[in-house]
Amino acid sequence: MAAKTKTAKAAFERHGLTDEQLIAIWRTMLVHRRLEARGFELNRQGKIPFASAGEGHEAVQAGAAMAFERGKDILVPYYRDLGLDLGIGLTPYEVLLSLFGRAADHSGGRQFPHHYASKQLGLYTISSIIAAQTSHAVGAAYAVKLRKEQGRAVLTTFGDGATSEGEWHEALNFASVHKLPIVFLCENNEWAISTPLSGQMGQPNVYKRAEGYGMPGVLVDGFDPIAVYGAVKQAMDRARRGGGPTLVEGKCYRFLSHTTDDDDRTYRSRDEVNARRKDDPVPNFERFLIEHGVLTAEAAEQMKSSVLAEANEATDRAEAMPYPQPSDLYSQVYAGPWEPWQ
Amino acid sequence: MAVAASTSKILNNVEAVRETLYEAMKSDDRTVILGEDVGNRGNVFLITKDFVKEFGEERVIDTPIAEASIVGIAVGMAMEGLRPIAEIQFADFIYPAFNQIVGEAAKTRYRSNGEYTCPLVIRTPYGGGVRGALSHSVSIEALFYHVPGLKIVAPAFPADVKGLLNAAIDDPDPVLFLEHKKTYRLIKGEVPDGHYTIPIGKADVKKQGNQLTVVSYGLYVHWALEAANALEQEGLSVEVIDLRSIRPMDRGAILESVRKTRKLLIVHEDNKFGGIGAEISAMVAEEALFELDAPIRRLCAPDVPAMGYALPLEEEYMSSPAEMADAMREMVRF
Repeated sequence: MAAKTKTAKAAFERHGLTDEQLIAIWRTMLVHRRLEARGFELNRQGKIPFASAGEGHEAVQAGAAMAFERGKDILVPYYRDLGLDLGIGLTPYEVLLSLFGRAADHSGGRQFPHHYASKQLGLYTISSIIAAQTSHAVGAAYAVKLRKEQGRAVLTTFGDGATSEGEWHEALNFASVHKLPIVFLCENNEWAISTPLSGQMGQPNVYKRAEGYGMPGVLVDGFDPIAVYGAVKQAMDRARRGGGPTLVEGKCYRFLSHTTDDDDRTYRSRDEVNARRKDDPVPNFERFLIEHGVLTAEAAEQMKSSVLAEANEATDRAEAMPYPQPSDLYSQVYAGPWEPWQ
Repeated sequence: MAVAASTSKILNNVEAVRETLYEAMKSDDRTVILGEDVGNRGNVFLITKDFVKEFGEERVIDTPIAEASIVGIAVGMAMEGLRPIAEIQFADFIYPAFNQIVGEAAKTRYRSNGEYTCPLVIRTPYGGGVRGALSHSVSIEALFYHVPGLKIVAPAFPADVKGLLNAAIDDPDPVLFLEHKKTYRLIKGEVPDGHYTIPIGKADVKKQGNQLTVVSYGLYVHWALEAANALEQEGLSVEVIDLRSIRPMDRGAILESVRKTRKLLIVHEDNKFGGIGAEISAMVAEEALFELDAPIRRLCAPDVPAMGYALPLEEEYMSSPAEMADAMREMVRF
């Protein structure tokens, strides 16, 4: 049961965020949670072949998204970043088009869900290959610096698993050499599918590696969206000022299996997962906002209803849209004709 | 071929690459060159010597030794509107970048349904005959020509190098540009001044003939021409086609020639199994089998991992004009 609305707002570190921004962050978290659940529901109903899971990442993503300047910054995300994509302007309808693989999806129904591409949003196209996007982000940041674009920065994200890839190291190293306007945000959920942190790295703190690259490393509670916003905002501002790259680590947890095709009961105990549920950022942040008088319990319930209605509307609308045509398989291979022979 | 100027000069292949890169850097400030030792050193073959003085180290970038991210960073630059020319110092070093080329660059346009594109050139010296051993002499074209979304060019003559490199730089999609390092200073030729392009995907008949078609690319075009010219003295008439582009490949030029000569020999330095010659053989068999007067033949490298450092191990791996002449003679007489 939600706490009663307080008349006087209790003081807390809000990093300059207005009440409206705080509520917007929470709404992004709600939409994120709702649409992830929708992906699993549609999969279990046999309506879509696949969905991935980001439950537990809502706070780190919604907080980071608030530090992204729409229409200016560049986001090079990874595949578990639905909340980040939503937070910079992606709509639930676009998400459902992606889940259903419809022709109007950003990739024309080609890509797995949550691999969006929108120049308008500053959202880069990605593959599912771990850490491959980090060097693209560095290249984009190089272009921003070369063209002397003031006040613009790149945000790139990845899980803890990505930090084992050689290309991840190459990207951070190059960004540091050239003092590029970029923020590397690690969403450390402790699991690389079935491999825990202890099997991935000799010490569990990704942010500590920053020192080796000669850039600041910042640790933040990835379940606290305000703290994440504060850390990412500071890092983005530093990048925008020409101060160079920062590595931010937001510690969170993956509450569900890796995807609809995975079963995490085969590699981690229910006790572990259940114990971590107390940190679930979606109900916790709701309680926080109510306790601090930013949100009323009534407004919270209203918002949950409106998010559900929006998700349902988006689901119906996207499901009714057509699949791509078989002939669409042949488009966009090259600018010109696709034939290997001329 | 659209030639902009009527003047020309004699250049070798290194100079042709250099002149083309220089003009690209001069004419478009979105162009950047990145790779190992391309700046201060000016490339290990001195192709970009002094570029850094004229264009600055921001546009002529000495990268750390990290091939995957040389290509990956170039992909990001290309998506963000620059026109990067990435260099892999030797083709043998390209393997760490395989995912960035095959999984990322070649699929950028496709996976974003055209929202993002990847106008990127990856230049790299390849090929043997220079005592380069296992890691400075490989041919890599067969590892990449399987990949839709990628274009692959391997010119052999200086004028073709310039025209095709210009076409690659202008191209809106990723192009792998292969430069045979033995031809770098060995091969000289007339190169038109000014900007011109040769369409990617067009072969060139370097010598006319009517008894046998020889298809090749790179260094072996020159050796095939040497052999074919020698056979003229014996009264044998061999046509030599320089593919110039490996993907897309000029089906029309190959079939037109084969339908005339009724015999086909493919020579390439890369391994035989699954090589470029396999695809050409299959295509000709599908399209023109009953117009052939002899079985298709491939003269390629043996199916071993690489040529060796010791001279006999290099010579055994490589073909030669004499070996090519023998094969041509046998085919004409078949």
